[in-house]
Amino acid sequence: MKDDSFLKITGLSKSFGGVEALSNVSFDLKQGESLGIIGPNGSGKTTLVNLITGFVKPDSGKVFFRGKEITGKRPYTIANLGIARTFQMAKAFHHLPAFKNIIIPLRSPRVKTFRGAQYGERDDIAIDLLEEVGFERDSAVPLKTAKSLPHGYLKRLELARCMALRADVIILDELFSGMSMSEVASTLPIIEKLKEEGKTVVMIEHRLRELFRVVNCLIVLNFGQKIAEGSPAEVMGSEAVKAAYLGSEE
Amino acid sequence: MAGMLIYGLINSIIFALITIGFTLTFGISGIANFAHGAFYVAGAYISWHLLNSLGFPYPLAIAISVLVTGFFGAILYRFVLFRVRGVILSEVIATFGLGIGFLELFRCLGLTGYDYKLPKFVDGSLELLGVYVDYQRLIIIVLGAVLLLFLWFFTHHTKTGLAFRAIAQDEHTALNFGVESDRTAMLSLGMGGALAAIAAIAIMPLSLIAVEEGHHILILALAVGIVGGMESTMGVIVASLIFGLSQIIVATYLSPNYTMIVMLAAIILILLIRPSGLFGKFKELEERI
Amino acid sequence: MAKIRREKKDSNGKYRKERLDRGIKARSDTIFALTSYREALYLVVPRAVTIIGLLILPLVLDIWWTKVMIMACVIAILALSWDFIASAGMLSLGQALFFGAGGYLAGVLNYYWGLSPLYTIPIATIAGATVCTLLFLPVLRLRGIYFAMVTFAMPLILVRIIEATRIWGGIEGLSALTPLPNLWVSAYLVIAAVFACLFGFRRLMDSDYGLVLRGMMDNDQAVMAGGINIYWYKAQTLFIGSAAGAFIGAFMTHYYRIVGTSAFSIDYSILPVACTVVGGPGNFAGAMFGAFILVPLCEYLRAIGSWRIVLYSFLMVIFVVAVPEGIFNYLERKYHQFEHWVKTG
Repeated sequence: MKDDSFLKITGLSKSFGGVEALSNVSFDLKQGESLGIIGPNGSGKTTLVNLITGFVKPDSGKVFFRGKEITGKRPYTIANLGIARTFQMAKAFHHLPAFKNIIIPLRSPRVKTFRGAQYGERDDIAIDLLEEVGFERDSAVPLKTAKSLPHGYLKRLELARCMALRADVIILDELFSGMSMSEVASTLPIIEKLKEEGKTVVMIEHRLRELFRVVNCLIVLNFGQKIAEGSPAEVMGSEAVKAAYLGSEE
Repeated sequence: MAGMLIYGLINSIIFALITIGFTLTFGISGIANFAHGAFYVAGAYISWHLLNSLGFPYPLAIAISVLVTGFFGAILYRFVLFRVRGVILSEVIATFGLGIGFLELFRCLGLTGYDYKLPKFVDGSLELLGVYVDYQRLIIIVLGAVLLLFLWFFTHHTKTGLAFRAIAQDEHTALNFGVESDRTAMLSLGMGGALAAIAAIAIMPLSLIAVEEGHHILILALAVGIVGGMESTMGVIVASLIFGLSQIIVATYLSPNYTMIVMLAAIILILLIRPSGLFGKFKELEERI
Repeated sequence: MAKIRREKKDSNGKYRKERLDRGIKARSDTIFALTSYREALYLVVPRAVTIIGLLILPLVLDIWWTKVMIMACVIAILALSWDFIASAGMLSLGQALFFGAGGYLAGVLNYYWGLSPLYTIPIATIAGATVCTLLFLPVLRLRGIYFAMVTFAMPLILVRIIEATRIWGGIEGLSALTPLPNLWVSAYLVIAAVFACLFGFRRLMDSDYGLVLRGMMDNDQAVMAGGINIYWYKAQTLFIGSAAGAFIGAFMTHYYRIVGTSAFSIDYSILPVACTVVGGPGNFAGAMFGAFILVPLCEYLRAIGSWRIVLYSFLMVIFVVAVPEGIFNYLERKYHQFEHWVKTG
């Protein structure tokens, strides 16, 4: 196993009915690194996540994880290999109580091998995880059905579901969008802690200040193409990025 | 051989006629109309009554029954499906229940026996490549071709048709552009009903009007839709040709009893190879895998 | 949850009527906090009445009504199986397929090989469920509506194949099969099966396993993101559900001593759905409740012939549009609430 390329994608392309959502994007990520992906809306960021995690099959290009090809594998297979993701639009199980939402990933084959989490015990693990992402333990919040939770909680529920998988790569698709400033402030340390634990974090984010506190390299997408790559300082200095991204947005 | 081809073609057109209303509704509104068979029988039953009980002239009876059945379709949407829109479980149960309910209602109202037969449009037959083909079947061929052309023209060149396609592609975006999704869905069910009635009136003179036809037609429409791909007109045409020709071939060389096996085998095969059908292009279907 | 209903006035002041949930539910719907025997009884009585009542029924009913009760149990099992499959987001319109598969397998094993019901019923249950699951395996990848269409078409196509090719006795079917020992055995066998399905399914849905199924109905993408193979879970659900259907099909084969194309008839597809919708989908008790209302009603109305089907088809549509929660859920909600007058001024 060649550990130097931990998560590697080469020449990934995908078009939807003639519109090229992503064309020929590559990157190489080492274990423990963290990557930020930015770009204007519709630049293919979410498509990239969908391609890596198997929710969409690429037209061409390959995805490697720990040196093994995982292109076109099913989403649950990829999740079990250790790549977890959140969804941009929070996808909670609306009819289940919040903590029961976390039990579902706890039943996955991956987590079962980590801890012998048995029936009943899983409830406690779930509530612990929710506390970690800021659900007040002794309040009624973890017991409320997901549909009654405010948006910020749903996003953090996504994060908790991701953490429950104990994945090595955590892909956060615009986690902070729709969160209040204080929620962002309290969620950021959790992500930093995940990084300290050695997790590889991939973040798609519009809030650049928070993003730069976490990531040490950055990719900029525009119209499905990678227009810049490097450290945040390098990238933000590049003329191409200024023109394409910052210039067009402001 | 020529006979097999001609009858295979007729058979295929019959399949396409039966299916087109069902797939049109499904393609536009996403509603699988399990009451399609009931519409089909209703179309024929109504025109039979207009013809025999009320003594209307045949063309008028046909026009009225097509309009009335289409109206039923719109009513079904407005008063039943409208209330459960988006809950697939309820949509399916509602159309399924109404379909069976109405078919059985027709049975209770006396739709059994040999009296219920629509007259042919024109009697007589024609020799074509050494095969005798009656005028009714020729009319079916022409009607099928005209309807398919009309539908193509309708969905590509009229405002309502374009709205249909817009809704089928992306309901939310279409809403933003001022297409009324409910009105369009209602129209699609109305057109589905009317098309079922047209098919019934064209095809029924070849056999008896019977309640069983309703179930039979629904199975055929489902089979064609599943094999061809639900919302694709091209899929309907290709799947109809496959079924129409293969049934004639099987019936000629093996036995007419095996025609249903062909259908089952085709469904199972297509589900194994391409679950969304030959021309199915539902993005969600494959990409959600 | 307090809800204001109506107000009244008298010499002491104004009152309003308030409806409250009984405070015995803690943490979630399935964990109760009981403080007295009275509250325990309050939970136990409805369950005890159902169990004991059903066990006593064959003893007190005459033969005709016992047969009606057996029929109600049969439909109840098909309805429970439907509700179970539906709770994983799969919409079956072809319960008759499960029923017929079990029925024909038992019939063939008994007719051609002379196996006794002791063997045919278990074999038909497992084999029938396997066949049905394998048949629908490709459809599981598609949206629910496709599943509905294929399940609807399949039994009707099979009937036509059996009729046309004259296999397994053709239209006449296989007759003179080994009967079950007597009516008591039949009655208590189905009652046991109903209980096994009802309480088994309820238990399963309350477990973490059931949680995954409920999650799939809500949002299958999120379940996949949680590392769970939804197709495997759906296949398991389908297997369990179709096993229940196949079992009762095999049972009916020996009960009637004949199996024919009527085993695939549309009645066995529509009646279970009607029962579940009228009784109330989602919690299994409703499905059983519905079966015990509709089936006796149908038998009672046998005189009106095919109007029955019209009746329960339309009843089903009315319920699904107007009363989607169903009778049972409505009654349950009322049972868990009490009303009292509170002084407002």
